[in-house]
Amino acid sequence: MASETLTSTDYIKHHLTNLTFGKHPDGSWGLAHNAAEAKAMGFWAIHLDTMLFSILLGVFFLYYFHKAARKATAGVPSGLQNFVEWIVDFIDNSVRGSFAGGKNDVVAPLALTIFLWVFLMNLMDLIPVDWLPWVTAQVASNGFGADPHSVFLKVVSTTDPNATFGMAISVFLLMIYYSIRIKGIGGFIGELTLHPFSSKNMLVQALFIPVNFFLEFVSLIAKPVSLALRLFGNMYAGEMIFILIAIMYGAGLVLGTFGGVLQLGWAIFHILVITLQAFIFMTLTIVYMDMAHQTSH
Amino acid sequence: MNINLTLIGQSITFFFFVLFCMKLVWPPIMRALDERKKTIADGLAAAERGKHEQELAQNKAKDVLKEAKEQAGEIIAHAQKRASEIIDEAKNDARAEGERILTAARAEINQEANQAKEILRGQVVSLAVAGASKVLEKEINEQSHSDMLEKLASQI
Repeated sequence: MASETLTSTDYIKHHLTNLTFGKHPDGSWGLAHNAAEAKAMGFWAIHLDTMLFSILLGVFFLYYFHKAARKATAGVPSGLQNFVEWIVDFIDNSVRGSFAGGKNDVVAPLALTIFLWVFLMNLMDLIPVDWLPWVTAQVASNGFGADPHSVFLKVVSTTDPNATFGMAISVFLLMIYYSIRIKGIGGFIGELTLHPFSSKNMLVQALFIPVNFFLEFVSLIAKPVSLALRLFGNMYAGEMIFILIAIMYGAGLVLGTFGGVLQLGWAIFHILVITLQAFIFMTLTIVYMDMAHQTSH
Repeated sequence: MNINLTLIGQSITFFFFVLFCMKLVWPPIMRALDERKKTIADGLAAAERGKHEQELAQNKAKDVLKEAKEQAGEIIAHAQKRASEIIDEAKNDARAEGERILTAARAEINQEANQAKEILRGQVVSLAVAGASKVLEKEINEQSHSDMLEKLASQI
């Protein structure tokens, strides 16, 4: 997209803007034509690209896993079933290793969904940054007469904090749900207020409660926030580096070739990052679920 | 970078994905895995059992063989004993038969000897009578002297 009319700043900004559909300040609904308009829409707007790619990838993963699950037999597994079983076994081992909350039918499928969904969304990062946005811009401008500069497309859903916070908040709600279900409301509140500081003396204990609550509440809130921001931060930074490398392609043959080498190197390194981030998100989810199930404090 | 409705949309999407995975993906796969695990465990157990059974059968075969050998030995010993018995019996029979034949022969000899004696006695009597009549030169009434002659003959 590094055409003459665009500066580097515009190029980066363009790549960091979502395809936003929402309510304009004047009351009409429509697509945002630039980053400022998208920002002005406030809460009542939706990122079409984030939703599209995340749903597409989720359906892709669930379709193949469901296909394998439907035909799953105890006999010799076929190719797809083998692959699916390998992943399921890996997730199952992770859950068994970290989760000690007894029988729970939710945690393992939750972990599987998180791992594969996050992994696939992260994987989109390895597609060169300009390909899909360029195709979309061409289709939009030639097919629908739209200005190609106002057609935005962010391919990597996990670089959108909405996606990572959406997952992290869902995990957080599940955490609170299980905490209350296992320990009762009293137990949950007790967990928030009665430690780390406790005393036999009632008066001293009463003084400790606000301190305890402050400490525990911060650590409780920190869990979903750190969960979401870790994934978002890593992917956003990775995407940013790809964009910066991509700017080099417009700066002559030598720098362009150098950019190509850099992009290849970063992409190879990024394979590790995307897998690791998916794994961390999954493992932390399992650990948080385990904490919600722990009664002994 | 704006937080907006996408957040809720993503949460809902996530919820449905997890639900789908929980209902239609995870359980069948785990079931298949567990089933296979069980099949393998059963197979291993069956192999172990087969091995054990083979061992038992081998032991049993060894026992049977041993028993058969013992029986064969017994039978041979018995047969040998029986053979010697038969030989003894035959010997005894032969001896008894021989004795019997001997006795019979002896009896016959005795009888024949007695017969000869009788004949001789009769001849001696007549010789004596003839002799006496010659000596007496008179006729002797055989009838009246027969008692005396009988007595004489029995003394010879």
